[in-house]
Amino acid sequence: MSASVIALTFISGIVGIGSFIGFYAGSRRKMDLEQWIVGDRGFGMLFVWLLTAGEIYTTFTFLGASGWAYSKGGPVLYILAYQPLMNVVAFFILPQVWEVGRKHRLQTQADFFHVRYNNKYLAAFVALVGVVCIIPYLQLQLTGLGMIVEVASYGVIHRTPAMILAFVIVAAFVLTSGIRGVAWVSVLKDLLLLFAAIFVGIAIPYIYFGGIGRMFAALVRSNPSHLVMPGATSNLGHSWYISTVVLVSVGFYMWPQFFGASFSAKSSDTLRRNAVVMPFYSITMPLMFFVGLAATLVLPGLANGDLALLSMVRKTFPPWFLGVIGGAGALTAMVPAGVMILTAATLFAKNMCRPILFPGMSDQQVGKLAKITVLVITVAALCSAIYSSTTLVYLLLMGYGGVGQFFPGVVLGLYSKRVTMAGVFAGIVTGVCIFVPLVLMKRDPIMGLNAGFVALCCNFAVVAAVSLFRPAEQPLLNKDAVATSGVEGLEAAPIPAAR
Amino acid sequence: MRKPSLGAILFALIPFTAICFSVPLWDRIYPMVFAVPFNFFWLISWLLLTPACLWGAYCAESKRTSELQRHDAGKQ
Repeated sequence: MSASVIALTFISGIVGIGSFIGFYAGSRRKMDLEQWIVGDRGFGMLFVWLLTAGEIYTTFTFLGASGWAYSKGGPVLYILAYQPLMNVVAFFILPQVWEVGRKHRLQTQADFFHVRYNNKYLAAFVALVGVVCIIPYLQLQLTGLGMIVEVASYGVIHRTPAMILAFVIVAAFVLTSGIRGVAWVSVLKDLLLLFAAIFVGIAIPYIYFGGIGRMFAALVRSNPSHLVMPGATSNLGHSWYISTVVLVSVGFYMWPQFFGASFSAKSSDTLRRNAVVMPFYSITMPLMFFVGLAATLVLPGLANGDLALLSMVRKTFPPWFLGVIGGAGALTAMVPAGVMILTAATLFAKNMCRPILFPGMSDQQVGKLAKITVLVITVAALCSAIYSSTTLVYLLLMGYGGVGQFFPGVVLGLYSKRVTMAGVFAGIVTGVCIFVPLVLMKRDPIMGLNAGFVALCCNFAVVAAVSLFRPAEQPLLNKDAVATSGVEGLEAAPIPAAR
Repeated sequence: MRKPSLGAILFALIPFTAICFSVPLWDRIYPMVFAVPFNFFWLISWLLLTPACLWGAYCAESKRTSELQRHDAGKQ
C-alpha cells in the first residue's frame, strides 16, 4: 500500500468513528430547541470541560500556534498568556450569566441582552454582529481542515472535496444531535489531540536535537532574538502584548458560541469549578510552540508558517501516524464548527427573524427555521472557503475585535445598576466603527497597541458617558415590571422557553 | 447582582499581574531554567499557578456564599 492510502485510511477511520459518536449521542432523545441548543441544561463538570475545551482548541490553535512560533517567534507567547487569563475572567462572569439564564430560560447570547436591557432591537443587533463574526471563524475552520487533509493525504485528496465532505457530516450530526452530539465527538477529539500534541511536542525536539533543552541551546546559538518579543516582527512588542492579552482574555467568552455553551451547565458552581481547572488543558500549547521552533532550524523558508507542524510531522513520522494527526486535525475543525453553525443558526432564527420580521412564529417554527438555517450557513461558509482569498486572517481578527465589543454590555449589565440600553448600543456601535476601519486600513497594531483594545477602551468610555448623562427611568432586569409596563416593543420580553 | 468578594478579586489580580502587566520584567532568555528560556519557563509555570489562584478565589467565594445563606436563614 502506498503512503497516501495508509494515511487516508487512518484519517477516514477517525472521522468515521467521530461521526458515528456524533449521530449516536442524540439519536435516542427528542430534539426540541431547548435540548438541541443547551442540552436541557444538564451538563456536569466533565461534560462542560469537554465542551469548552472542544470548542476553544480549534485548528487555529493547532496550526496557528506552531505557525506563529515558526514565523513570528516571541510574540506567540501571548497565546500562553490569554488562555489561563480568559478563565480568570470566566470565573467571575459565566456563573452570573448562567443564573440569569436559568431564571429567564435563555438560550443565546442575544437573549441575555434582550432580558437585561429589555430591547429586542439591541438583541437583534447583537445577534447580527455575532453571526457576522462567526462566519469568518467558520470559514477558517474549513480552510484549516482542507489544508490538513491535503497535506496528510500527500496531496492525493484536494482540499475542496475534503471540505465539502467534512461539512456535510458536521451539518448532519448538528441537525440530528445538537449540542450533545458535539460534546460527545469532543471526547474523541480531545483524547487524540492530547496524545498527538504530547507525542509530537516531545518527539520532534528529541529526534532532531536530542531533547528540548538542546533544541533551545541550538536556537539561542543561532538566533536568540527570535525567542523574545518582538521576535521576527517589528511592531509586536510589549505594549502590543499587554493590550492583546487584555483584549483577548476579556473578549474570548464573548464569542456567542462560548457564551451560549455556559447555559448547558447544570449549575453555576459547575462553571466556576470548570474555570479553575481549564488552564491545565493549555499545557499542550508550549509543545506546539516547540514543534514550530524546531521547524525554524529543520525546515527554514516555508512559504506558509501555518504548515510548519504538518510539514514537520510528514518529514519525521511514518504515514499511519500522519493519518492519525490528520484525523485529529479534521475533528479539531469539525467540533468547533458544529457549535458555531448551531449558534449562528439559532441566533438568526430566534433573535433576528422572529422578533423583527415574523412576531407570530411559534416555538416549533423557530426550531424548524433554525435547522434550515444550519444548511444555509454551511453552504455559505463552504462557498466563501472555496473561493477565499488571503484576507482570511484579517477577517478573523475582525471577528475577535467585533465580539470583544460585547464585553462592556455584559460585565456592566451584570454588575452595574446604572448602565442603560442606549449606552450599550452606542458603545458597541462606536467600538465596531473604530475597529473595522483600523483593520481594513491595516493599521493594527496602532501606536504599538492592539486596535481591538483601543476600540474597547472607546466603547467603555461611550457606555459610561451615555449611561450617566441619560439615566434610565426604570430599573431594568425586572421581569414583572417588563411584563406589565406595556411599553411598545416589549411584547416579546419574557422570552418563551421555545421547546 | 451580587458583587464578587474582595478576596476573590485579589486572587484574580495575581495571575493578571504576573502573566500580563509585568512582561518587561520576565521577557528574557536568561537565566534559563531546566534548559528553557526564562520567558517560556515563567508562562508555563503560571499555567499551573493560575488554577491555584483560582482555587483560592473559589474558596473565598464559597465561604462567603455559605455565610450569606446563614445570614439569610437567621433573618427569617
